[in-house]
Amino acid sequence: MEASKVIHAIYTDDDVLMSAVKKVKAEKHHIEEVYTPFPVHGLDKAMGLEPTRIAIASFLYGCLGLAVAITMMNFIMIEDWPQNIGGKPSFSYIENMPAFVPIMFELTVFFAAHLMVITFYLRSRMWPFKNAENPDPRTTDDHFLMEIPVHGNEQELETLLQETGAVEINIVDKDTH
Amino acid sequence: MYTFSNKLKTFSIALVIIGLLGVGYGFMTSHKSFEEVETMLAEEASHHGGGHAEETAHATTEMAHDSHGEEASSTDEAHHADAHKEHVEHVQHQISNRPWSALYVGAFFFFMIALGVLAFYAIQRASQAGWSPVLFRVMEGITAYVLPGGLIVLAIAIASGTIGHYNIFIWMDPDVVAHDKLIQGKAGWLNLPMFAVRGFIFIAGWSLYRHFARKFSLAQDNAEDDKNFKKSFRIAAAFLVFYIYSESIMSWDWIMSVDPHWFSTLFGWYVFASMFVSGITVIALITMYLKSKGLLEFVNDSHLHDLAKFMFAISIFWTYLWFSQFMLIWYSNIPEEVTYFITRINDYKLPFFGMLAMNFIFPLLVLMNSDYKRIPWFIVMAGIVILFGHYLDVFNMIMPATVGDRWFIGVPEIGAICLFAGLFMLVVFTAISKAPLLAKRNPFIKESENFHY
Repeated sequence: MEASKVIHAIYTDDDVLMSAVKKVKAEKHHIEEVYTPFPVHGLDKAMGLEPTRIAIASFLYGCLGLAVAITMMNFIMIEDWPQNIGGKPSFSYIENMPAFVPIMFELTVFFAAHLMVITFYLRSRMWPFKNAENPDPRTTDDHFLMEIPVHGNEQELETLLQETGAVEINIVDKDTH
Repeated sequence: MYTFSNKLKTFSIALVIIGLLGVGYGFMTSHKSFEEVETMLAEEASHHGGGHAEETAHATTEMAHDSHGEEASSTDEAHHADAHKEHVEHVQHQISNRPWSALYVGAFFFFMIALGVLAFYAIQRASQAGWSPVLFRVMEGITAYVLPGGLIVLAIAIASGTIGHYNIFIWMDPDVVAHDKLIQGKAGWLNLPMFAVRGFIFIAGWSLYRHFARKFSLAQDNAEDDKNFKKSFRIAAAFLVFYIYSESIMSWDWIMSVDPHWFSTLFGWYVFASMFVSGITVIALITMYLKSKGLLEFVNDSHLHDLAKFMFAISIFWTYLWFSQFMLIWYSNIPEEVTYFITRINDYKLPFFGMLAMNFIFPLLVLMNSDYKRIPWFIVMAGIVILFGHYLDVFNMIMPATVGDRWFIGVPEIGAICLFAGLFMLVVFTAISKAPLLAKRNPFIKESENFHY
């Protein structure tokens, strides 16, 4: 991709931002990205983002954890060396199951939680020593920034964004990676 | 305003009548003479062949050992004759207990729904929840059953020890107590006058809170200020303190004492979880019923979603307590405690583990998805399974102690369910029809109407 131009509209209020997003969407412009210092309720809906599937992933990870716990304890306690420990019945898994439930539960939660967090990091490209992708440091404090790609319609976009209450509008050359 | 439709009224009255017939049938067929039970047992032994006969023989030798351990001079024949008589009398007693226990289980189940809703209502008041005020009138309607329901449960309990032949609580029988050191030791707590007095105090406390909460809630509708709202906040907080003590003691008295040799420390919370989740489920079901009639236009699917989340979460909480009680006793395997679960697993395998599937696995899988928690028929389905599961829970707590392996879910049990379901619907829908369905001037009502999740 060649170097392209984007327009950065900066807002100072989340309500203004929300109505601006709705207006820009109504005008059928593509919003590349919105940078906010905190979660703005309903922003994803207004932008038309797809709902996250991380809960489904987490459920599957939980099932995996449960399977790991059952296989592990069935092998160790029942198949490999079924000792008599304090009179607990180690003849079959089901007979001794109540004693395994705490571990089954914890491993389910462990897998569901940790693998979900790792999935989140991977999907949102977050890791230590990663370069921050921040177009304007003020967006981490008290400013909101909407980024719209420009396709030769700078003037039109600028007036539209001016109307939505942007406090600052910049046209930036975006580096290609 | 809701008007109690004639159709529903007729339906509930029909339920009550069918229920009464079923309960009456149960009582009429439970009086078996010694000879009848004897022939019945002989028939069963021949039908089932070796297995059952062996069991009976085992039971008789054990009993013979118990009752005549010291009489070394008795002959073997005398042993057997006595043991046989004891066994038949034991079964005869179990058979005559069945209609009483069936009635008691049904009565307690519907009463526990109302009491669970009362606790939920008080929590919503005390925590100043912003989502639930649109449901207050539904909850107030359901809690109308606390007073009649509580009195019925207590009346059955007391009647079983006065009119009946100690059919539910064996500690009420002076003959049993005279030969039982363990019950004698507990007689300071477990005696009929104290039992009745405690029961009346608890019912009085719960109904007083219900009476004033309803009164302040209705008064707030036409008030100029928030005085009534503040009052209802204060009494809710006070009630919750009273409730957690009284509920715990009630569960020892009304449920745990059917097994007077057994005790468990978390029993009160366990019963609480059961009543709480059934109560929330009934709130959801009645809300959906009224909404389907177009009477609750301010209730949206976010309210439903919240109720379903509570059903889901408290189902898991119930399972947590069930398992904590079961696993601790199973693990340590102390004979005096573990008999409780041994009788249940031996004689009640299907209801005992079936209830676990209905109360845990089913809601866990059905109500986990956020989208499903907004679909009415999904919640109705989950709710019905949860309610049946918690009926079984009460069944499993009472029946093994009173009828032992002579249990069946037949005419007396279903009759009792119909009877109290009809009564419950009559009382609840009459109460709901007495006030507007939207609480006006509640400081949180605006937030609740616009609640969105």
